[in-house]
This record gives sequence, C-alpha cells and structure tokens, in this order.
Amino acid sequence: MIVPLRHGKVTLALHGLRTHEDSPLGSASLRGNRNPGRALLLLHGRGLRSPTAMPKRVAAWPGPIWALDFTGHGASSVPRGGGYSVEILMADADAALAHLGNVTLLGNGLGAYVALLLAGARPQQVRGAVLCDGPGLAGGGPRPVTPAVVGPMGALEVAPDPFALIELARDVRPPDYATSFVRQACQLSELERPLSVCAIERPDWLAAVVEEPGAAVTTLAEALAHYACVPA
Amino acid sequence: MSESAVTAESELATYSGAQAPARRRFVASGGLRIAVHEWGDEQAPPLLLAHGGFDFSRTYDVFAPLLAAGGFRVVSWDQRGHGDSEHAALYTWDADVRDALTVLDTVTCEPIPVIGHSKGGSLLTHLADACPHRVSKLVNIDGLPSRARHPDVGEHERSRLLAKELAGWLDHRRGVANAERKPGTMDELARRRGRMNPRLSHEWLLYLVAAGAQHDADGWRWKLDPSMRFGGFGPWRPEWTLLRLPGLPVPMLGFLASASEPMGWDTTEEILRPYLPPDAEIHTLPDTGHFIHIERPREVVERVLRFLA
Repeated sequence: MIVPLRHGKVTLALHGLRTHEDSPLGSASLRGNRNPGRALLLLHGRGLRSPTAMPKRVAAWPGPIWALDFTGHGASSVPRGGGYSVEILMADADAALAHLGNVTLLGNGLGAYVALLLAGARPQQVRGAVLCDGPGLAGGGPRPVTPAVVGPMGALEVAPDPFALIELARDVRPPDYATSFVRQACQLSELERPLSVCAIERPDWLAAVVEEPGAAVTTLAEALAHYACVPA
Repeated sequence: MSESAVTAESELATYSGAQAPARRRFVASGGLRIAVHEWGDEQAPPLLLAHGGFDFSRTYDVFAPLLAAGGFRVVSWDQRGHGDSEHAALYTWDADVRDALTVLDTVTCEPIPVIGHSKGGSLLTHLADACPHRVSKLVNIDGLPSRARHPDVGEHERSRLLAKELAGWLDHRRGVANAERKPGTMDELARRRGRMNPRLSHEWLLYLVAAGAQHDADGWRWKLDPSMRFGGFGPWRPEWTLLRLPGLPVPMLGFLASASEPMGWDTTEEILRPYLPPDAEIHTLPDTGHFIHIERPREVVERVLRFLA
C-alpha cells in the first residue's frame, strides 16, 4: 500500500509495509487490546528507496511499519532543478509524521541524520530514533569543502534524482549542530534516551552525538525492544 | 492573464529614470524556467547582475540602465521562485549558484564582471570562488558577510537553532502546498513592502508592484513563491563565508550601508578588515541603507564604472 503525501510541490510516497491488523499488537487489539501500537517509520539512505516488503530485521516491532521515499527518490516525485538539503528531507519525514501521528524512527545513513534532526525538531511526536549505518551517513563532513558548481544538467526526472545524489553528499554537518538536536530531543521529549545509535561508522557528527547524555550505543534489536515499551 | 496584458499593465507604471529591460528571455536550469532580463547593446561587453533575496531583476530598472549607458550589456536573472522565474520545489544556495552559471553559459564562456546586491552579492562571491575562470571582477553591494543574521538568506544557511524556530518552520512546510500570497491593491502591496524597505519611496515601491506582482481576479499578488519565508535555521556559519574572502581570486569592489534597517546585513569595514584580500576596495556610504544602488544609483554606478575600466 502506498499513501501519497503532499509536501509543497512534491508528492511523497509513504509505503505501508505492515498494517495495524497484521502487526502483533494490532492482532492483539482485535482480541480486546485497544492499543494499536505506535508506528515504526523507516528512513532510507542516500540514493536508496523504501523496501517493498517488511525487512526481517524489524519483524519484532509490535506495531505497524511504514517507510518513506524522500523527495526525488523511489516512488516520490522528482522536482526539476535540484536544490536538496537535509533540512528539506526532515520536512519530508515530518509530512509522514503528520499522517501517522507519534512514531519511532529508524534511519539508515542519510536517513539516520534526518531522524536525528526530526527527533530534535518534533520531540513530542518522535518516540525514539534509531540511527543505523548506511549510505550517506557522513554527509559533506563537518565544515565546507572547496566549492564546486555542478551542471548545468538536463531535466532527467528519474529517481534517484542525480541532483539529490550530488547535493546530499555535500551537506555540512558540524558536530555542535548535530548535538543541539540531541539536547533538544532530551529536554523536550520526556524520554530518557531519545536516541539509539547502532551505526558502526562514526563520522564527526555521530561521534559527538554518542557522547551526549540521551544517546545510547546499542544494537538494533535492543533499540526496537526498548522503544516498543515506551508509552505511546 | 496573458503575458501581453500583464506587460501592458506594467508599462502604465513609470518612475523617473527607470527603464524596463530591453530584452527578456527564458533559460532552462535543470528543467526549471529561469527569466533573464537584459539592458543595453547586445554587442557591448557583458556583465552579470544578481538581485537580493525576495527581490527580482527589475528592482534594477534604474541601476541597470545607468550601467548600460556606461557601455555594458547588462544581464540579470530572476532567481528561482522570484520575479518571472518558475517557482521551484526546492531552494538552496547551491541551486541558486547553479542557476547563475546556467545563465552565464548563455552569455559567454569568457570571464566577465559580476555585480550583486545583498544575497546576490554573496551568491556571486561564492561563484567567483567556485568558478574563478568565469569571473573577472566582483562588485558586492551590501552582500558581504557579517556575523549578524541575514534576513534575505534562505533557511538552510542559518545557524540559530531554537525549538520554536524548528517547529515553526516544519509547520510552515506542512502548509506550503496550499499557500498563496495575500492579494491587495497596488497601493497595499507597496505599503506592505515598505515595512521591510522603510527607506524607499512609496512611488518607487508602487513601480516595483507593477513589475514584480501579477494582477489576479481578486487583486494584485507578488509573484514571489509563497513557499518562501523569512527566518529559519541551518548549520551554516557566517565565518565560513568570511573565510572565502582572503583568497578571493578576482579584484573586488564592495559597498556597505551605514544606516541599519530590517533587510540590512549590518556588515562593517571593521568586521571585514581581517578577511579582505589586499587590494579590495570598500566604500561605506554615509546615511545610506541596505538598498545602496536604489538610494544612490548614480554614485554607485560611477564608482563601478571606474572600477571596471
């Protein structure tokens, strides 16, 4: 099932990988358990797209499972002329939040960084963010590099958008910018550990994140089990 | 409304010394329609002119003809989402610089002088750094960095980070699909703009409405993409922009305002001094606000022509 979501001039594809009814908690709710379970939202890495079926690694999650294609990726529309930033991808993910209500985020690579940003920006609605390895985890490094202008390119309108591949490999990720999102998530979410870091790769921003109180270094299985028990 | 009808209405507006561009054309940047405006003899040596954020090429209707009269083919473009250019889905600094290069490619492959105001000055400073083989001289009109906030620079370039600001921006993004600009009479639009441009005359702002707004069934609306918004956040630090200056590979002429106002950048020679390349020429104009080239067009053009000679 694909739910189209509007974000400005872009139509995003939100993929339902497991519905309420098919989820462990959902089937329990048919037996009288009124808690349908919080959704797990998967955010993909750079150049990737949402999986078409539920990945085995998240099968233990008790609630529904969704995955979002970012702007210019997968089944989401490809805008003309590029102009990508991780902040706009955070707003993509926020469009999914508006549709799903409270969620736990699981991000890979680029999606992990976006998950961190959204956990800081929507601390009440993000009930835990799990940061995992994947393409685009490092971004463009902690400070600007030699500027280069790419293009002009023709209008290709294919996913993944070549502009996205280039621009989302260049976004600057200063460690203190990343940690300001961790602190915001800690102060405003009421969760003791709003972030769980499962990534082995530690670019500068992530190395700084794991030093913050509120970010636990753990495994994916433990993180999912932990957030499954967090009140909705 | 058809394009010719809009043009006819715009032509009703006059302002002493203002001249509409001699030519307008469109170029595609990654498929996005970008409007290019030109003043002066097509065979004259070209220069590239960049407007500030929330402005459009025709805010140069007084300044550009004076440059053209000095012997230049003046080429300006409406940045994506501004003026007559297409509204984009995405806006970033890099995309604006890429659009600039796309326009430049339609003019010449040789290095030429570039002139920019505010965000446009900063964009062209970036272009001179990224593509030094395309720029011969840089004129920056109150678009030199300071440590202060730049009101007309996009949200991704900022460094202030506040929970309220983040939530406010995300709430704004949730609504942009249905956003539209507030309609009004020409006078109302001019007065609204006057709040951000308090030093500019109502007569001039009325002239800008005719060029930068469109007449819909329910009134006039600025053509600017309603998804654009002041304020925001991001990882960018002003000192990173300052650090582009010491190694700037082309001669630079900079103008600074002395009167503080809402759109101003509040950059001073004192802030810039440690970062300036040795032969940079900086002028701070007395009792002048952010729109230096609109407040003192002749004085600025005179200095620019001397610098380019």
